[in-house]
Amino acid sequence: MTLVQNFPFFCIILSMFSAIISFPMNHRWAMRVHLIMVTVVLALSLCVLGYTASTGESYTFMMGHFPAPWGNEIRIGVLEALMAVFFSLIMLLSVLGGLAHIGRELKNSRKNLFFILLDLLMSSLLALIYTNDLFTAYVFIEINTISACGLIMIKKEGRTYVSALRYMVMSLVGSSLFLIALTLLYTITGQLLMTPAKEALAELVAAGEYEVPILVIISLVTVGLGIKSGLYPFHTWIPDAYGYTTPSASAILSSLVSKGYLFLLIKIFYRVLDFEFVVSSQVVNLLFMLGILGMIMGSWLAIKTQNIRRMAAFSSVAQIGYIYMGIGLGTTAGVVAALFHIISHGAMKSLLFISISGLSEVSDDKSDFESLKGAGFRNKLAGVAYTVGAMSMIGMPLLTGFISKYLFASAATTALQGKMVIAWIALAISTILNTVYFMGSVLTIYHSVPAEQRKPHGMMPSRVESVGTVGLIALNVGLGVAATPVIQAIQTGLAIFG
Amino acid sequence: MSKPNPNYKGSAWDKFTRWAKGTYDPADGKLESTPPKDRLSPGERAERMLREYDQSRFEEGVAKEIGAFQIISRIFFVLMAVFMVVVLLYTVSFLPAFGDPNSPVNNEVSQRYIEQGLEETGAVNIVTGMILDYRAFDTFGESCVLFVAMCCVTILLRADKKNEIRLRVREEHEMLEYEPQEDNILQQAARILVPLIVIFGIYVVLNGHISPGGGFSGGAIIGTGLILHLTAFGVGRTRRFMNERVIKTLTVCALTFYCFAKSYSFYTGANHLESIITTGTPGAILSAGLIVYLNICVGIVVACTMYSFYILFRRGAI
Repeated sequence: MTLVQNFPFFCIILSMFSAIISFPMNHRWAMRVHLIMVTVVLALSLCVLGYTASTGESYTFMMGHFPAPWGNEIRIGVLEALMAVFFSLIMLLSVLGGLAHIGRELKNSRKNLFFILLDLLMSSLLALIYTNDLFTAYVFIEINTISACGLIMIKKEGRTYVSALRYMVMSLVGSSLFLIALTLLYTITGQLLMTPAKEALAELVAAGEYEVPILVIISLVTVGLGIKSGLYPFHTWIPDAYGYTTPSASAILSSLVSKGYLFLLIKIFYRVLDFEFVVSSQVVNLLFMLGILGMIMGSWLAIKTQNIRRMAAFSSVAQIGYIYMGIGLGTTAGVVAALFHIISHGAMKSLLFISISGLSEVSDDKSDFESLKGAGFRNKLAGVAYTVGAMSMIGMPLLTGFISKYLFASAATTALQGKMVIAWIALAISTILNTVYFMGSVLTIYHSVPAEQRKPHGMMPSRVESVGTVGLIALNVGLGVAATPVIQAIQTGLAIFG
Repeated sequence: MSKPNPNYKGSAWDKFTRWAKGTYDPADGKLESTPPKDRLSPGERAERMLREYDQSRFEEGVAKEIGAFQIISRIFFVLMAVFMVVVLLYTVSFLPAFGDPNSPVNNEVSQRYIEQGLEETGAVNIVTGMILDYRAFDTFGESCVLFVAMCCVTILLRADKKNEIRLRVREEHEMLEYEPQEDNILQQAARILVPLIVIFGIYVVLNGHISPGGGFSGGAIIGTGLILHLTAFGVGRTRRFMNERVIKTLTVCALTFYCFAKSYSFYTGANHLESIITTGTPGAILSAGLIVYLNICVGIVVACTMYSFYILFRRGAI
């Protein structure tokens, strides 16, 4: 085994270790440790991506001295490495982009805890990406949920308590459904590792045994992870959770935390339940319908709200709907589109949340549209960043959102005819609704105002924050211009994923 | 010298120049972000709402709006819960009976745990061997769950400097009123019980690989002993040996040791290298490789977490 093959394991352990050693540190050191850790994880993941892309196959890594069905195991392929690269990159840029806010909005006694939560969040995301063991996945879902809850309430203001409570209740319902599904799966297969469980399950399906429990397992896993990632009728926690916490936390929660669960769902579909079997069980049709509903209702709720941060949060509901619609198409092309949108929405939404914070801090820290008039003149970089993010969301060519929409539209042709038409109509309606609220908000921030209101009143972003914002803009443009290698990596990764 | 155009006002060019100066906006009144007609600032609107505010009317409206919703949602929740219960019970009826020797759970996985567990891990207690050797990565995750829970509770409950003083004063008052201070019976009982409980906890932790028990249960017992000490003798005396610094040091050292020890074991295992860790003689106190040390680490983390939860809920500071 070469050294590169150890890197995913190093990444997971490194992020957990940096959380542990940050505990007695003050917040400056905790911040440095966090930034160094994420950078190292990014570099190591890039090496792993290069290695897996060159060999073109995935490998397993034993966590201990015992092989697959007895000990824990992680499995690394192109897709996993790609996700790790983008997750760590987005994490790094989001933290940089909101660094001064963290300094201002949080109490000194809690800042180092904030970075500990981020470290543990990173470790749980990496573990969810790499793990080949269902119970490890559950343990790290717990870490993910608790640290996300901490990130929501760390500001300690009235509404953050309510939103953290709401998030926790909804999220725990999701976790418990997932846990019940795991127990049922263990009872009928006797396996907790994904690959052996898939073999055992295939035998049961071929023999026609346990039909009802298998169907229940599929629906519980889907609904459980659907609740946790904010699928439409279970989306009620999203606007509060993303709308009131500190900007970096909003960006990370919307662009990474829910995506970790989505990636796990796709992984379970491919590696445990067998995607073709899931398709034949009609559960994907349910996901398709809920995804379509989410696309339209999320946008509709976003149009009705008057607060720009809540608007971006509601837009997340719509974008999660896109991803579920892609999975629901029930074809490989649909899943490729969904996986690309996981990355692409991460890049867009973190840019939007970071730039919104830049806009509202030059408008007396208000985020309603009335106060934001002309904010684009007061903070030029945030204005440009918001415009790029909004354009990308709408699906302007040369930006990453366009590639997503294009992939979804072309993936729809591979699905059944009825689904194709519905998907196209929904994409069209959702794009129009997106345009209405995003262009409306862009026009608002560039609303012409008298010259004295063009001067910034409030804090100006620091240089580090500008680096984060510019990096996110570059990521959006870069993914839009040079999407082909990423799509190819997703395709080859998905082929060896199951 | 050109003459001014008499039709200049209102022409396209005029609008454009005014737009560039920022005194005219073509989108005004055409977007959904247009403010309401009365053009009140948010502050004025809030004032007017306050003036027109009428508690009884508000409650009436809320009752009318929420009442119907509440009834519907309650019925919906009950139906949902009944549905879930029925579905899960129906599913359970398909599962193999409890203790069925032919059930799929009795496969090669549990067979190896039972037959070779002692030989491979050196732990007489097979469950401990499973959670701390076969599946040690999950258990490291679980310890980190405790750690992150401790962080979140600290975020939520730690009192800030100013509040802390107020809290302390208030707490002392409350303690005088409701809590037994220097209660002789409690103290005498605690004097006997606390050492017993803590020693029993340490016994459970150290013998985790030989007899039932282990870090999680033993740590909980030690934590209970500390909480009893705190209740009997007051915060001042407990803080002499369990203050924030001690708790931080213990937690960090325990987790760091766990992290390094298991990283070594994972690294050698995955790379098929020779490990210096041996299983020793089964049944001896220092056997089973890393398991006994890992149990101590888990025990420390659990005890610290329990104690700090209790004291954070009580005082808002460790």
